[in-house]
Amino acid sequence: MLAGATAIFAMVAILITLAFRRGRRAEGKDEARSVRVWILGLGLGFSMTILAALLGFGLFIGERLLPRGGEEVVTVGAEGRQWAWTFRYEGRAPTEDVLHIPAGRPVDVAVTTTDVIHSFWIPRLAGKLDAIPGHTNILRIEADSPGTFAGLSAEYSGPGYDSFSFSVVAHGPAEWDAFLAGQTE
Amino acid sequence: MNALRQHRRLDRIWASAPGFRGWFSTVNHTDLGRMFLVTAFTFFLIGGLLAMLIRAQLATPDSAFAGPEIYNQIFTMHGTIMMFLFAIPTFEGMAIYLLPKMLGTRDLAFPRLTAYGFWCYVFGGTMLLVSLLFGIAPDGGWFMYPPLTGPIYSPGINTDFWLIGITFVEISAIAAAVELTVSILKYRAPGMSLDKMPIFAWYALVTALMILTGFPPLILGSVLLEVERAFGLPFFQADLGGDSLLWQHLFWLFGHPEVYIIFLPAAGVISTILPVMCRTTLLGYGWIVASAVALAFLSFGLWVHHMFTTGIPHMGLAFFSAASTLVAVPTGVQVFAWIGTMWKGRPELRLPMLHLLGFFITFVIGGLTGVMVAVVPFDWQVHDTAFVTAHLHYVLFGGFVFPILAAIYYWLPHMSGRKRFFRLGGIAFALIFVGFHVTFLAMHWVGLLGQRRRISTYEVEDGWTLINFISSIGGFITAIGIAIVIIDVIIQVFAATRGERNPWRAGTLEWAMMTPPPSYNFATLPHVTSREPLAEDPGLATRLARGEGYLPAPEEDWRETLTVEPATGRPDFHVIYPANTHLPIVMAAVTGTFFLSLLLKVYWFTPFALAGVALLALRWVWVLGRREDLPPRAIGRGLEVPTAAAVDRPPGWWGSLFLLIANATFFGSLIFGYAFLWTVAPGWPPPALLAPSLVELAIGLGGAALGTVAARLATRANRKGGAPLPALAGAGLGAAMVAGACIAFLLRAPPPAEHAYSATLFILGGYGLFHAGLALLMLGFVSAQTVRGYTSPGRRAVFPIVSLWLDYLALTGAAILLAAHLPGMLG
Ligand code: HEM
Ligand SMILES: [Cu+2]
Repeated sequence: MLAGATAIFAMVAILITLAFRRGRRAEGKDEARSVRVWILGLGLGFSMTILAALLGFGLFIGERLLPRGGEEVVTVGAEGRQWAWTFRYEGRAPTEDVLHIPAGRPVDVAVTTTDVIHSFWIPRLAGKLDAIPGHTNILRIEADSPGTFAGLSAEYSGPGYDSFSFSVVAHGPAEWDAFLAGQTE
Repeated sequence: MNALRQHRRLDRIWASAPGFRGWFSTVNHTDLGRMFLVTAFTFFLIGGLLAMLIRAQLATPDSAFAGPEIYNQIFTMHGTIMMFLFAIPTFEGMAIYLLPKMLGTRDLAFPRLTAYGFWCYVFGGTMLLVSLLFGIAPDGGWFMYPPLTGPIYSPGINTDFWLIGITFVEISAIAAAVELTVSILKYRAPGMSLDKMPIFAWYALVTALMILTGFPPLILGSVLLEVERAFGLPFFQADLGGDSLLWQHLFWLFGHPEVYIIFLPAAGVISTILPVMCRTTLLGYGWIVASAVALAFLSFGLWVHHMFTTGIPHMGLAFFSAASTLVAVPTGVQVFAWIGTMWKGRPELRLPMLHLLGFFITFVIGGLTGVMVAVVPFDWQVHDTAFVTAHLHYVLFGGFVFPILAAIYYWLPHMSGRKRFFRLGGIAFALIFVGFHVTFLAMHWVGLLGQRRRISTYEVEDGWTLINFISSIGGFITAIGIAIVIIDVIIQVFAATRGERNPWRAGTLEWAMMTPPPSYNFATLPHVTSREPLAEDPGLATRLARGEGYLPAPEEDWRETLTVEPATGRPDFHVIYPANTHLPIVMAAVTGTFFLSLLLKVYWFTPFALAGVALLALRWVWVLGRREDLPPRAIGRGLEVPTAAAVDRPPGWWGSLFLLIANATFFGSLIFGYAFLWTVAPGWPPPALLAPSLVELAIGLGGAALGTVAARLATRANRKGGAPLPALAGAGLGAAMVAGACIAFLLRAPPPAEHAYSATLFILGGYGLFHAGLALLMLGFVSAQTVRGYTSPGRRAVFPIVSLWLDYLALTGAAILLAAHLPGMLG
């Protein structure tokens, strides 16, 4: 995407520079031809082609990121408030500000809030999704291997917003079972 | 009459009072345009100062410069001031100053309204500044999302300043938009058909129409949120059937078009200046107009892209993502048409041109990053990071500030009548250009590294220290550049030598006058036959000054001008303007007490303030009346036109029409909100519905029909020389019946603070009641005029206006009653 954008920018810059060439004869009278080249060709034709390509790419990627059902999916709850997160699990006590997930399995996070709007974001695992009063939003994440990831709340929520973060611990299968059994905090 | 005597005579009629006292009573568009611009730039400096504070805070990690409570006020006010108190008023000021001159006429359609809008802007803006000085400024971010800004999480007065102050300022935006629309459609030089209008007028027309349809959702949102904060009506509280997403929809229904409301005037400036700088004409005039119109339409379908992270259904995402990329097509058409214009001509690197190049570079980058964020998966990553802030500044600074700087240098000789003195402009441009890119390239980068927007500080471990420091340095360089521009402008205005009349050899009519411009613009009005009248006929200015155009030699001491038929430009009727008056500033001050009473919660005073506004409004229109018919006017060139009082579509009718379009958008947003809550919000259907009543419904609908029909009959009776009073009374009865039906269901509805449903009914009923009251007031006014002998078949213009308002009452009244009673009948 960046390369494409740079190329387009370079093209525009070159076209503008060329307009200043010294000794160039102004294109002058042939207005109809200019309209064909600049407006129909570049303005309409070129813009539409690029955008269509980009859009297709975006939809394709977006489709891949979509949550899909499956046996393996683990569901956890993430409930935001000013300025902490409570994470809930099936059959285990909730945790504060640390989200535990199994590695290598898709996890659906049900994002909610008890006060104002927050946004749930683990930059390395997925895009962000808002926690909105009265609504539950589902975010699909998946960690390929065990480890710890940084998480942020990414919607401005008042004075405590600066340091409003959490972390995510992805466990291997054995550790995950131990966690569910309540042996790790 | 020779040119000098003509000038003296006209100047005596049109001039505002001498000295600074004239500022308070002037209704002249040249004065008010300048006052708007100076005020807007003052706000730009204040907003810029706040930007410097932001960059000072972020320059180092763990900054102790301001704590989050203060920092939140600073960035909120920076965004708010820049968007509402700088960008929009700058457009208004520019259009108010330039349009009558470009269109070859003497003033805008409603001079007193121009002044009223200006004072509302000044008073509303001052309210916000006061809050800043006392450290109780709004702190919810410029888009003010509830519930954070609701009564529970922001109990202080800060948010009220925003909701009330901005709504006050929006009055000026709506006033200016009505005024500009009517002026562009009706107040042009004879012969100037739509396709001969200067391109800037097209852009201003599209922008004004966008303001009329873009701002009402925001005004509605502010009203609802303020009512929730003050009286506990739960529009945005999920546990009582409200939904904070409703605010987001209303806000971005405004907020996205807002970006184009800011960009289009700048594009108008570019389309005007660029061809002059390239010694040629604009390439593809028709295409450019078409793409501006397309942009306007498309931009209303895009608001959801600001809500990609709120959990919008997947299909919705795909649709809005597609629409958001589509909007880049008309933008692309314009950019390439401009580059084509440069190829067609011979570009010269003069100062305005430098800023236009600054625009091209910056705006194209901003457009490209914008297309990137329109791609949903990418937006999920960068949303609410510094990347988005950087993108937004590339668009706003590139797409607005650079063109405005070009405009300043281009039209300054027109305002001052002088030439540039020192060559400071080039240095200033270099500093601004380099400083800006350093600041915001760095912010793109740090945003990709994960720095969120709106944080007051970060830690050394984050690794953002150097980038932020560089960014801040860039910010200060920009500021120095802006300071040099100001010095340059001040020198030119006060000290430079006199310049020639049309220094850029432009072809548009604003240069066909003395500079600085005389109070009346044109001694006589031109007959326009091409898009660039001055290019065809360089001697035009002299001939107009000698009295060779329309409306030569004023017979009376009237400020007069001509209107045209919108499409063809054929002369339509003759207009006499009101002269200098304090009425606008007084009315704005009384309007201000209304808003202040809400802000300070002295609600007992509110009705008095409203009554004051109503009384002044009655006086406002009453003084326009006459007791005798005016004969048709000879306007020169053997033509004769009727006076405005003797036509069925007078200026007031046009003004009402466009005001009602804005009003209808407000009402439509309210109905949208009702439907949205009903279908999306949690906690619906409500515990109890209003028990429907066929009797009330019949009375209300009958009253609505009676009102419109009777108002038409009154119009007809008056035109035929009959007695309109009985029909006026009938219309009054109709309006009273609508009011009665509204009161009836308001009394029976469940308490408004109980559920968003009853809260919405309350607002709907209040809206109906307000418009019924307005109709009654107008009918009373016309009846009084009739009794006192102010109406006749030759003075009939007020009747169609009142009729229009009764039509509107009928439509909205019927919709309100159906919205209140139908759910109970169906459910
Ligand atoms: C002198 C040049 C400017 C500088 C250095 C500057 C700097 C900044 C910075 C650093 C922020 C981010 C605050 C944060 O996220 O913590 C910001 C926000 C913003 N700026 Fe500017 N700015 C400038 C000019 C403008 C202009 C000309 C406009 C509009 C016409 C504008 C509109 C905004 C808006 C709408 C925000 C968002 C505020 C919010 O998050 O609520 N800025 N600016
Ligand atoms: Cu947008």
